[in-house]
Amino acid sequence: MNDILKILADDARVTPAEIAKLTGKNLASVKKAISQYEKEGVIIKYKAVINQDLIKEASSFVRALIEVNITPQKDVGFDSVAERIYSFSEVKSCYLLSGAYDLLLVVEGENIQTVANFVASKLSSMENVRGTTTHFLLKKYKEDGEVLKKSGNHKQLNISY
Amino acid sequence: MRISKKVEQLAPSGIRAFFDLVLGMKDVISLGVGEPDFVTPWHIREKAIYSLEKGYTSYTSNKGMVELRKELDSFLEHRFGINYDWEEEMLITVGVSEGMDLAMRAILNPGDKVVIPQPAYVSYGPCVDLAGGKPIFLETTLQSKFKVTPKQIDEACQKEKNVKALLMGYPGNPTGASYTKTELNDIARVVLKHGLLVVSDEIYDELTYDFEHTPFASLKGMKNRTVYLNGFSKAYAMTGFRIGWACGPKDIIAAMTKIHQYTIMCVPITSQMAAIEALHSGAKSVAKMKEEYLRRRRFVVQSLNEIGLECHTPEGAFYVFPSIKKVKQSSLDFAKDLLEKKKVALVPGVAFGKFCDQYVRISYASSFENLKEAMARIGSYINKS
Repeated sequence: MNDILKILADDARVTPAEIAKLTGKNLASVKKAISQYEKEGVIIKYKAVINQDLIKEASSFVRALIEVNITPQKDVGFDSVAERIYSFSEVKSCYLLSGAYDLLLVVEGENIQTVANFVASKLSSMENVRGTTTHFLLKKYKEDGEVLKKSGNHKQLNISY
Repeated sequence: MRISKKVEQLAPSGIRAFFDLVLGMKDVISLGVGEPDFVTPWHIREKAIYSLEKGYTSYTSNKGMVELRKELDSFLEHRFGINYDWEEEMLITVGVSEGMDLAMRAILNPGDKVVIPQPAYVSYGPCVDLAGGKPIFLETTLQSKFKVTPKQIDEACQKEKNVKALLMGYPGNPTGASYTKTELNDIARVVLKHGLLVVSDEIYDELTYDFEHTPFASLKGMKNRTVYLNGFSKAYAMTGFRIGWACGPKDIIAAMTKIHQYTIMCVPITSQMAAIEALHSGAKSVAKMKEEYLRRRRFVVQSLNEIGLECHTPEGAFYVFPSIKKVKQSSLDFAKDLLEKKKVALVPGVAFGKFCDQYVRISYASSFENLKEAMARIGSYINKS
């Protein structure tokens, strides 16, 4: 990843002017590069990374990792089956993997029942889905490079030679 | 008189009171930190912890663990193409701080002179004093990008007579100045001309941004007259581990080891374990930190120049040394005022030499968010007054 993308991937709120200073590039070329990335889909979106477990409101939800075995369709392989699956809004992530099973889904629902219903009524019964195994996610420690617990803030000395 | 004359005469830190003021304050954005803001990479800490779990808690060989010295030997060969005998030409020290102290005590007779380019790290002069020597300071300027010239060294040696050694730290604290191979070779010629020893503090070597760092000992004719000091504090963010090393000619290392074995015995074994891991697998972590420092350097230099504090781009370390001519205050008054009014801490230039009173040292070993905020506050302070 180049400099501009690395900076934005870490903190999407860094402004083009600041990026220009950090990278030594000029402002116009930074702005041009960013809009090019957005157009091409290299930068898909800018999102805040939220730790759901710290939100105190009532709305609870449950996450599950679901392994799916599928029979690939003639001529198109896994892609079209995967698309039919990930089009469901409950499916937050969908990955094609090598190994014992084919697709890994991250599914979210209000509670265990909702997720179980989704698997039974929408997923397992799909054409080309041979079988599923559902694992309910108990705790997230680290996601995408971010540790989710607040680290004990060790303070350095304010001033030193 | 209960205190020794030598220590009595040692110049106290002129800004001790200011330091105490900063240390006692909360919610300060500090640009005055002389160590990395990164934590030691986990794989290095993990090795240290594991060694404690396994019960490695005893003394090691005075010179340092054999495994560490061998690792350092192969590291230096691979990194710089320098070859040292790990048995006779290497000593593991408690940071470069101990290495510097040992080097001075090992080579100086009472009254021996040591040439020191300034502004320099605050310990250099006192180390020479404590060893009974006499520091000869050479002032460098913003015009010369704070680099000492061969002419300055030559003239000083001719004027002073009996100069024993040159003490150089590059990349330097507080200016971040470093030298290309060509510039160093020019200095080496003067060293040879006057038969000087060289004590070279290269602790910031990995943080050289604009060209490849050249160890002084790697220059032609310099290896057998240079005490090469380096360590782990800045590159691997291991300041608290207190570990460094000295490489040099057999006789000097032996003399340093003699002192070391009486006064320290050996560097803590846990730190040595961590250091082995750092040398072995730390390169990626160093590269990542260096990339981050480089971004910050660009940001800080440009921001300061925009504010109106003339700031040159330093070649290495994580300091900038901008001029505060614009504010027409002494560096200490400026620092105190900035601290009180804007809660931003930096180090007044006067700490590094009286002639540096129109400069301040700003450390960019701080997060981008902090730097951004600090630059904004300094900007508002400057433009208000």
